[in-house]
Amino acid sequence: MSLTIGVPSETFAGEKRVATVPEVVEKLIKLGFKVCVEQGAGAAANFSDHAYQTAGASIAGSAAELYAAADVVFKVRPPTAVEVGQLREGTTFIGFVWPAQHPDLMQQLASRKGTVLAIDSLPRQLSRAQKMDALTSMAGVSGYRAIIEAAHAFGRPFNGQMTAAGKIAPAKVFIAGAGVAGLAAIGAAANLGAIVRANDTRAEVADQVVSLGGEFVKVDYEEEGSGGGGYAKVMSEGFQAAQRAMYAKQAREVDIIVTTALIPGKPAPRLITAEMVQSMKPGSVIIDMAAEQGGNCELTVPGEAVVRHGVTIVGYTDLVSRLASQSSTLYSNNLLRLTEELCKTKDGLLNVNMDDEAIRGLTVIKDGVITWPPPPLKQAAPQAAKPAAATAAPAKKASHGHGAGGEPMSAGSVLMVGAVAAALFALVGAYAPAAFLGHFTVFVLACFIGYMVVWNVTPSLHTPLMSVTNAISSIIAVGALIQVAPPLASGATGRPDQLILGLAVAALVLTAINMFGGFAVTRRMLAMFRK
Amino acid sequence: MSENLAIAAYLGAAILFILSLGGLSNPETARRGNLFGMIGMGIAVLATVLGPRVDLVHGLPLIVGALAVGGGIGVYAARTVQMTQMPELVALMHSLVGLAACLVGFASYVDTSTVLEGAEKSIHLVEIYVGILIGAMTFSGSVIAFGKLSGKIGGKPLLLPARHWLNLFALLAVSWFGVQFVGAGSIDAGMTPLLIMTAIALLFGIHMVMAIGGADMPVVVSMLNSYSGWAAAATGFMLANDLLIVTGALVGSSGAILSYIMCRAMNRNFISVIAGGFGGGAPAAAGAATPGEPQGEAVAVSASETAELLRSAKQVIIVPGYGMAVAQAQHTVFEITKWLRAQGVNVRFGIHPVAGRMPGHMNVLLAEAKVPYDIVLEMDEINDDFPSTDVAMVIGANDIVNPAAEDDPTSPIAGMPVLQVWKAKTSIVMKRSMASGYAGVDNPLFYRDNNRMLFGDAKKMLDEVLVALKS
Repeated sequence: MSLTIGVPSETFAGEKRVATVPEVVEKLIKLGFKVCVEQGAGAAANFSDHAYQTAGASIAGSAAELYAAADVVFKVRPPTAVEVGQLREGTTFIGFVWPAQHPDLMQQLASRKGTVLAIDSLPRQLSRAQKMDALTSMAGVSGYRAIIEAAHAFGRPFNGQMTAAGKIAPAKVFIAGAGVAGLAAIGAAANLGAIVRANDTRAEVADQVVSLGGEFVKVDYEEEGSGGGGYAKVMSEGFQAAQRAMYAKQAREVDIIVTTALIPGKPAPRLITAEMVQSMKPGSVIIDMAAEQGGNCELTVPGEAVVRHGVTIVGYTDLVSRLASQSSTLYSNNLLRLTEELCKTKDGLLNVNMDDEAIRGLTVIKDGVITWPPPPLKQAAPQAAKPAAATAAPAKKASHGHGAGGEPMSAGSVLMVGAVAAALFALVGAYAPAAFLGHFTVFVLACFIGYMVVWNVTPSLHTPLMSVTNAISSIIAVGALIQVAPPLASGATGRPDQLILGLAVAALVLTAINMFGGFAVTRRMLAMFRK
Repeated sequence: MSENLAIAAYLGAAILFILSLGGLSNPETARRGNLFGMIGMGIAVLATVLGPRVDLVHGLPLIVGALAVGGGIGVYAARTVQMTQMPELVALMHSLVGLAACLVGFASYVDTSTVLEGAEKSIHLVEIYVGILIGAMTFSGSVIAFGKLSGKIGGKPLLLPARHWLNLFALLAVSWFGVQFVGAGSIDAGMTPLLIMTAIALLFGIHMVMAIGGADMPVVVSMLNSYSGWAAAATGFMLANDLLIVTGALVGSSGAILSYIMCRAMNRNFISVIAGGFGGGAPAAAGAATPGEPQGEAVAVSASETAELLRSAKQVIIVPGYGMAVAQAQHTVFEITKWLRAQGVNVRFGIHPVAGRMPGHMNVLLAEAKVPYDIVLEMDEINDDFPSTDVAMVIGANDIVNPAAEDDPTSPIAGMPVLQVWKAKTSIVMKRSMASGYAGVDNPLFYRDNNRMLFGDAKKMLDEVLVALKS
């Protein structure tokens, strides 16, 4: 027997979305389900009852009729107490629930002995969960809409132009928080031609900001703000002070501020103070996307657009609903993907597999038992590993220097080398005459100097290094020179003058080839190295 | 010029040599470094000639004549040498230093004008003996290296049976004759062991380099560089001249460090390189270790397809190897680079430390072709960038881009650091045939899905690519 999916009208004031669109109804029916839609459920999002019927859904005349027929309920907003009361026992509810914020609702839902899948509790860090991630799809829509609202409230175009009637300066937009909504806002604002800056406590999003045409504004303070699961965390006092200074500076400079800063389960952080609003140019606009959680701006009035100190502060909480048709389509696609995961057999039945990490995370009530919060995911590692890897790479770079460097010797080999050297020095010290010792000292020190100097030679110059050291080793010429014609005390006996002269001159010729050739060829090579 | 003044001049020369080597840390200061070297050498020679140990009246014509003849030959060679022949030239020059050290050693031995007694005499004799030993080894080894590098002697290692025993025997013989030499009563009596030792040292040098394969040549060249330095230092001890000691020690440690860097770049131990028999000697063993032989099929592309790939790329890394040097393709490579960079393609070069036949060989060739050195990067600098690279073009290189070094612990080159070209979106390998590299190891890179082979002579194919790019 296949289950019936019920899609009620949203009762929350101003909510225009619908949980399932006609296009998705067809696909749900292909999975084996029956679909029942409340009369007029899609009207606000421009989906007529007729369209649903054409897609194969039946239409329920009232909410009560719908809830009575539904085995599974697809919804957008968390259910009201009335709606919970209408749920049949054992029904599966899928929609936004926000279990952390609504403990009472959880109790009520649990009492219906059903199963509740909270789409907001999806473990977003799982890559295969992305297709079901309604938070992301909704945030993207709202980020775009935030810019449209800003453009609407702002008295100038976004793009700079030179016209016959004078110059139009481009609007400067600052986006606080580069999450999904923030990034969508950056893209939208940049496409409209504005100069876009953005900031986020998570340093790793800087590249994404730049890739969308924004400029990443850093807070002048070192702290990593990734709180796991792709969210930001609460930052330290020192960081917050530096952040406030940065916001104050941006407030003075930009025309439009869009704030998207949210921390899960906490009221939205207050980023924009009344003084900052006051310091903004008259006619500026603030879009506070965190209005529902209290707002990032002190002066935000949730759900309304107000003018304070000449600045329009938009605190709409229904940005997504303002693009109801598109957001409903995205949301219902997310639910469709979830349903596919729950119904792999395509027989119109749901199987809530608690061994599946993604499903486990979503399931906040299972057969009347509260299963929220879920156990932590096994693979939380990638988030933490990332900064570690990033710091490891430069460290490695630094140590390799000019291709030389290398790891320090182990203690054992240092000890051994030391012992051998000590024995050698002792031997030399005990038996060698003073003259030799002097030369030996010079020799050992020169070896060390050579060792130190040559490590700094860049690998690209290894060939010139060889040819120049080769040229320098023709210093042997000095040895030949002093043998050519030493000022002899007259009558030194038995010295084979001619033989020595011959050897010395031959050696001198050879070293001269080396000397002149080596330096000349090095010069020729080095002349070729250019930037 | 007094003795003290000469010593002060020597000190100045030694400092200039140190500065000269230090200057090579950076291409900007390298030219000045070379100049310091020349000035230092000039000071050293002048101080000696004008110093108390040279009789100017008798010596000057000979000295000037010898310097002029030698210098003329040297400058002529330096002017005319092809940049691809640099390794040969450097090897040949090492042999000259070795020979000169030998000659000076013999001259010093037969010279009776300095009379020493007791321990000083023994030490002096040992110094002469060691100086000639190192000099002879450097000389014959470098001559063989020159032969191998210029292709006059085959690149394959010569492996005599029981070669390690032969080497050990040579060492023992040299020690024994050394004792005879020091104990000899007269110069004539000492000459016999000295000459025998010289012969053994020459043979030892030949044998040592003959046993080393082509891929290990960078190690050998830098090792001989080191030896030529030690030969100079030994001569310095022999003549009680600190300048020679300092300079020899500088050159010696420089060459030793280079050898060490080269060994590390191949993940090989210095001893095993010297013991020889790696490059070209191991294919049989390699075949046995990897029973699967070539897996899959290599996909060949034409020059015009290569041009198409390059044209649509944003990030390109070129990995040159010895094949580029052989084909003299560096100028064409730069023409292609210039054209691509003008189109906004980011072209860079990745150089493996042992690419070519000498440390830094590729850098010199690219510099000759006027490739700016700031786009020529070392392996460590560029390896992380391959994943974000569209096209990695390998020109005449093989072992240094072999993924088996990382993936296959049984591979003979396992653990050798390599350029990870296979991580690029597409890699193109230019090669004359599917033959294996010097290490005799099959390269799984060729059979990767994202790899393309462009067969043919590097110069000819690159010319075609350039024509296709410009059309």
